[in-house]
Amino acid sequence: MDIYREIILDHYKHPRNFGHLDKPDVKVEEGNVTCGDRISIEIHFANHNERITINDIRFSAEGCAISQASASMLTGKVIGMKTEDVMKLRTDDILEMLGTTLTPSRIKCAMLSLEVLQKAIIQYGR
Amino acid sequence: MLDSHRIKQDFPIFARKINGRPIVYLDSTATSLKPQAVIDKENEYYTQYTANIFRGIYTLSEEATAEYEAVRVKVAKFIGATNADEIIFTRNTTESINLVAAGIGKTLQIGDEVVTSVMEHHSNFVPWQQRAMRKGVSFRVWNGEDSLETIITRRTKVFAITAVSNVLGTINPIKEIVQKVKSINPQCLVVVDAAQAVPHMKVDVLDWGADFAAFSSHKMLGPTGVGVLWGKKEELEKLSPYQYGGEMITEVYVEKTLFKPPPYKFEAGTPNIAGVIGLGAAIDYLENLGMDAVRQHEKEITSYALASLKYLTIYGPEERCGVIAFTMKGVHAHDIAQVLDEDNICIRSGNHCAMPLHTHLGIPATARISFYIYTTKEDIDSLVEGLEKVKKKFL
Repeated sequence: MDIYREIILDHYKHPRNFGHLDKPDVKVEEGNVTCGDRISIEIHFANHNERITINDIRFSAEGCAISQASASMLTGKVIGMKTEDVMKLRTDDILEMLGTTLTPSRIKCAMLSLEVLQKAIIQYGR
Repeated sequence: MLDSHRIKQDFPIFARKINGRPIVYLDSTATSLKPQAVIDKENEYYTQYTANIFRGIYTLSEEATAEYEAVRVKVAKFIGATNADEIIFTRNTTESINLVAAGIGKTLQIGDEVVTSVMEHHSNFVPWQQRAMRKGVSFRVWNGEDSLETIITRRTKVFAITAVSNVLGTINPIKEIVQKVKSINPQCLVVVDAAQAVPHMKVDVLDWGADFAAFSSHKMLGPTGVGVLWGKKEELEKLSPYQYGGEMITEVYVEKTLFKPPPYKFEAGTPNIAGVIGLGAAIDYLENLGMDAVRQHEKEITSYALASLKYLTIYGPEERCGVIAFTMKGVHAHDIAQVLDEDNICIRSGNHCAMPLHTHLGIPATARISFYIYTTKEDIDSLVEGLEKVKKKFL
């Protein structure tokens, strides 16, 4: 199976939600130094009757196609989602979203954006 | 050039096919492949004279001890040391350096300085940084370009430097560096990371004039789990033991313990006996080829590869050891490695345990290819074809 499915290459070459927000509620930047991947996520939250949702999100990053495509697809997926549901996302959800199988060393690349996103939500919750 | 097609036949892993295709191994800087002779020699210990060394008054133990100690002599000769007692067997280069860093670290005092270079593998960087931090002494990093007078002073206790960069392939002129360091400060100890030098070229530690040198068996055709530390006898005697336990003692009392002289005071516990014996076979294999021929072969393969990869961004000097780090604009190193893996082309991607160097170069990651005696020009041609696939996919 080709890891680099057309949709992954498309998200890598034309990342969605790439860039910055005006006055984000939270911004978290982190890297996976052994890979040389680095990602920054900025979020605007919305509060509907104590239910916090992701109103808007941007990322900026440098890294491999898997980490970039994962960030691009994930940011699209979580817009409008309740933060409590985002916190429940796991490795399997990311792999399903990417629609590809990855070796353990590349799963780290795929998971970087979700790890940073969940950290951002926790940081906002404080 | 060496007949690498014939040499490949000595390495059983080349008989393996993945998805019906042979293996193109371009990651010998990480670890080398193993010839059948090394595997057989290691196996010989497990099938012919399995016994602990130095302990039994019976044939098996005597044989195992003789084989183990013969390798100590062989290693000494291989690196130009005259005294086999200056050879200590460890677990790997990292442990060899930690052994020295722990010993020297104990003697550090406020005002002392510890110096290493930006080119180092983390194994010759972090142990010194941590010892310096623990003792509150100055830790300085040479950029490899400025004159050594700008960094080595009368207070420099130790200078840790690699003989060959595992990323750039740079061959540092260790002899001149040691002379310069000692002319500034005769008391400054020089510790050489020789992990990428000993497998690939003739090394003469006495000619270098350094105080310590460390390298690993697994990068020179030998088994994993065996490292070597060479140290000048008088410096080894000054170092305190690294670990305590069996085999490193002469007398043990409730109130005190007397230690054996080097090298045994640094070899606590049962060592990797089979691994050390296997290393002996690796040295035989390399000596049979001749280290000058090994170096010449790698030079030719490296020139061929550099000429084939001109369109990439290459890091490091023209004259170098058999390692080439590169980047391809628009494609991350991981993706290069992943696409090449589809054709069983094994390369490394990332920062290769040299993050300070990558930070210095201002790049997050590189792709790295490296060569050894079994690398053929056809392997390089396969890489070039593989890189065309990478370009098609991503650019």
